[in-house]
Amino acid sequence: MPSLKDLKNRISSVQSTRKITSAMKMVAASKLRRAQEQAEAGRPYAERMGRMLASLAANVQDSGNGPKLMTGTGADQVHLLIIISSDRGLCGAFNGSIVRESRRQIQRLQSEGKTVKLLTVGRKARDQLRREFGALIVETYEDVGRRRLSFADADVIAQKVLSLFDAGEFDVCSVIYNKFKSAISQIVTVQQLVPFAVEAQAEEAASADAKAIYEFEPDEEQILAELLPRNLSIQVYRALLESAASEQGARMTAMDNATRNAGDMINKLTITYNRTRQAYITKELIEIISGAEAV
Amino acid sequence: MADKVEFELVSPEKLLTSQPVDMVVVPGSEGDFGVLAGHSPLISTVRPGVIDVYEGDRVVDRVFVAGGFAEVTETRCTVLAEEAIPVADIDRGKVEQDIRDLGEDLEDAKSDDEKARVEAKLAVARAKLDAAGATAY
Repeated sequence: MPSLKDLKNRISSVQSTRKITSAMKMVAASKLRRAQEQAEAGRPYAERMGRMLASLAANVQDSGNGPKLMTGTGADQVHLLIIISSDRGLCGAFNGSIVRESRRQIQRLQSEGKTVKLLTVGRKARDQLRREFGALIVETYEDVGRRRLSFADADVIAQKVLSLFDAGEFDVCSVIYNKFKSAISQIVTVQQLVPFAVEAQAEEAASADAKAIYEFEPDEEQILAELLPRNLSIQVYRALLESAASEQGARMTAMDNATRNAGDMINKLTITYNRTRQAYITKELIEIISGAEAV
Repeated sequence: MADKVEFELVSPEKLLTSQPVDMVVVPGSEGDFGVLAGHSPLISTVRPGVIDVYEGDRVVDRVFVAGGFAEVTETRCTVLAEEAIPVADIDRGKVEQDIRDLGEDLEDAKSDDEKARVEAKLAVARAKLDAAGATAY
């Protein structure tokens, strides 16, 4: 039977754990709100970009000689995967599910005989994939948007991807990230960035805008050549934003659970503590009484 | 109102302005163009320069953009800007300093790639200085 002192120590240690987890939960909640606002604020640009791309793509596809970023290199031998995870732990299954999906994708591609290259964002993905696929990692980024995620952060990554593409280092590029659905639910999403698939957005735009016939200045191809790298940055930025919101959501839920568990544990320990205390009192009484009787 | 055009200025991080105005003049890469209501649909790239917003005959707003894209329809003018700051907020001293720094970077630049990147930045900074100078008189 544990002594009263031991129990007391346990209780106070669980209490301080609970304090920490509930503080983390509140921090995550406020960060989540900020991340959501940011994602909200970034939406207009992405929407309009999508609309412009759609009308441009419709025009260029007819002529059949679009830039490589859209039409692809014609091969799909080398795949580049951008894996977006977090820098810090204690956020439930957030990183685990990203890594699991990445591993699945890598193995699938490799079994098809493709070459895979990895670009990881966030410390966790790198740490967990390094052992198995260390040789595949071409670049890692850490502390992305530590304080506040800015477009410049995304641009750095996109520029790297573009320079790899220009150097002919890969044919197809996809990004794997957690898409934010709600604070308790994040969906691991694989999205192809290069070659850029326009169809889905084109349909949306077609219904939204009654297909205006645009003039282009300079010509379509030149605009597209400038627009596509921009679009890549935007897509990376969006993935980063989604991932940041997901991370905070996952952390909030995880910390909420932890706080609740700590509370349950405190209750149980307190009951044990009280029982033990009563047992001691009873024991002492018995000792006194039986001592008195013996006299 | 039929004779107003809906002007939107958007940066990747947020929607900066969205307001009905009489006319906007956008620095297109092939020359400035003014947008009035009923302009024919147009998509253009934007060079670093100043967007003038007109209300009646007066310029009510001047915004510097560091390049981007413009989409014009009959009722709307959307500018997707990479960087946008009101001309009044440009700090001349800082821009001049930037130009000096970039000039040094250009000399240090080794590869052609790097050189091109610094030159692009330099062009933006020079345009910014021009924009600031234009309001000075």
